[in-house]
Amino acid sequence: MTRTLPGLPGLYAVVMRTAVQTQFQYRTANYAFMLGMIAEPVVYLVVWSTVARSQGGAVEGITAGEFAAYYIVWTLVRNMNIVFTPYGWEERIRKGELSGMLVRPVHPIHYDLAFFAGWKVVAIVLWLPIAAVLVLIFRPTFDVNALEVGVFLIAIWGAYLIRSMLLWVLGMVTFWTTRVSALYDLYFTAELLLSGRLLPLALLPAWAATVADVLPFKYTFGYPIEVLAGDLSTAELFIGLGLQAVWIGVGALLVAVVWRFGVRRYSAVGN
Amino acid sequence: MAAQLKSGRAAGRSRPPTWLGSGRRLRLAGTFLKIGALNELQYRVNFFLSLVQSVVAVSTALVVLALVFSHTDSLGGWSSDELLVIMGVYVLMGGLIRSVIQPNMQQLMTDVEEGTLDYILTKPEDAQLLISVRRFQIWQAVDVFVGLALVAVALVRLSDPLNVSSVLAFAVALVLGALDIYCFWLILTTGAFWVTRVDFIIELFDGMYQAGRWPVTIYPTWLRIGFTFLVPLGFAVTVPASALTGRLSGWLLLGALGFTAALMAFTRWFWRRGLKNYSGASA
Repeated sequence: MTRTLPGLPGLYAVVMRTAVQTQFQYRTANYAFMLGMIAEPVVYLVVWSTVARSQGGAVEGITAGEFAAYYIVWTLVRNMNIVFTPYGWEERIRKGELSGMLVRPVHPIHYDLAFFAGWKVVAIVLWLPIAAVLVLIFRPTFDVNALEVGVFLIAIWGAYLIRSMLLWVLGMVTFWTTRVSALYDLYFTAELLLSGRLLPLALLPAWAATVADVLPFKYTFGYPIEVLAGDLSTAELFIGLGLQAVWIGVGALLVAVVWRFGVRRYSAVGN
Repeated sequence: MAAQLKSGRAAGRSRPPTWLGSGRRLRLAGTFLKIGALNELQYRVNFFLSLVQSVVAVSTALVVLALVFSHTDSLGGWSSDELLVIMGVYVLMGGLIRSVIQPNMQQLMTDVEEGTLDYILTKPEDAQLLISVRRFQIWQAVDVFVGLALVAVALVRLSDPLNVSSVLAFAVALVLGALDIYCFWLILTTGAFWVTRVDFIIELFDGMYQAGRWPVTIYPTWLRIGFTFLVPLGFAVTVPASALTGRLSGWLLLGALGFTAALMAFTRWFWRRGLKNYSGASA
């Protein structure tokens, strides 16, 4: 029944299938986790809709209905953005879990990419009813065409790849030091403010929006959300995809380089 | 062990349920908290880690506040300085939760799961009191002071003359709010007697607690009711902050008092129900 593909695609197929099966088993825990996550966008949504109403219906041209659309799409994009946490690296290194991964014939990032990609399938299925309820409650205004839907479906996976690789690089700092919590705090704070996670980037002061433009964060949150919920031109849609590709390239390069040097430290620290 | 357990439980039950009134029990709680604090004092680096975490969190919160108020002058009738009071109370209460309430409840979850709650039940003292004061993550209490400092800064900026009665009302509302959060946590954790694995409620609570950063009055009605009576964020954060910003009527404070009393009685009852379901380590 199970067809095995050769090489890397085969690895992805098997690991993803395993992830789907495992995560469907934990569907209750997965649901509780997703519900806990809903609080964050709902709070942002309520705050900004309140502001919009007090400003006569819109902030910087964004209406309450558009905020609702933004934060509902947010919930899917946030799920796509769940990747192997940098906090997990300490355990990987301390407990020697990495040793097993090292003897395999492929780069360990492929396991993480495939496993979390499989999990996404479960997350999307579980997300659909949540999205339906949110739509009924918050009445978003959507104005989408087929092209935007198509670009969105690519962009969420682009976001997934970028965030996976950036957090992998961040996690690998653990090869050099285990006092990483302050660094992680700073990273996640910068991400929160400059990615579009906290608020649509149009609401940032101009200088901060410029900073956000040259950082990768916005291609993991703001850009994919705005593809569907915003009002991007056809050119902006494709430029966004192109820049995602650039950041995927940068991420892959960083992973390769940092891994090369970091893993030497691992063999030095291990026994 | 079984016989010991039985007599221990019997002893626990025969006592009159006036566990707040007794000075001996307060002294006992004090001793437990002191031991918990001494335990944590061994790990001094954690103080700096907590401090850094606190500074990053508060700076982020201030940036968010500045961003919101760069687009409006008031949010649901609260000015930016008044919201700073809310933010301060939120941080303060968060420190209290992470230093006392959550560590104790997490310990309780572990004990129920592993059956080690036996050691509590065999002690000749009220079990609810004991499980509530065993742990004290003193470094997390940094946030209590950071929160108070935020409140102080906000009050100076507001420059409204404070009177004794509003400070007193603030203190009372704060204690009531802390008790409400404690009850809420204990009710959730008591669920462990039936379903054993409840660790995901920590995630769930952390997610929902974030909503307390903003006055509950901005939420749509159904959410406001939820954040007031189901997850008592309204009583824990908004009501104390209201006391300092001239929004608190005596009636509201009285309502908070009544709600807290009812919630505590229910929690007590629910805890005892749950305890009956506990089967111990050998089961």
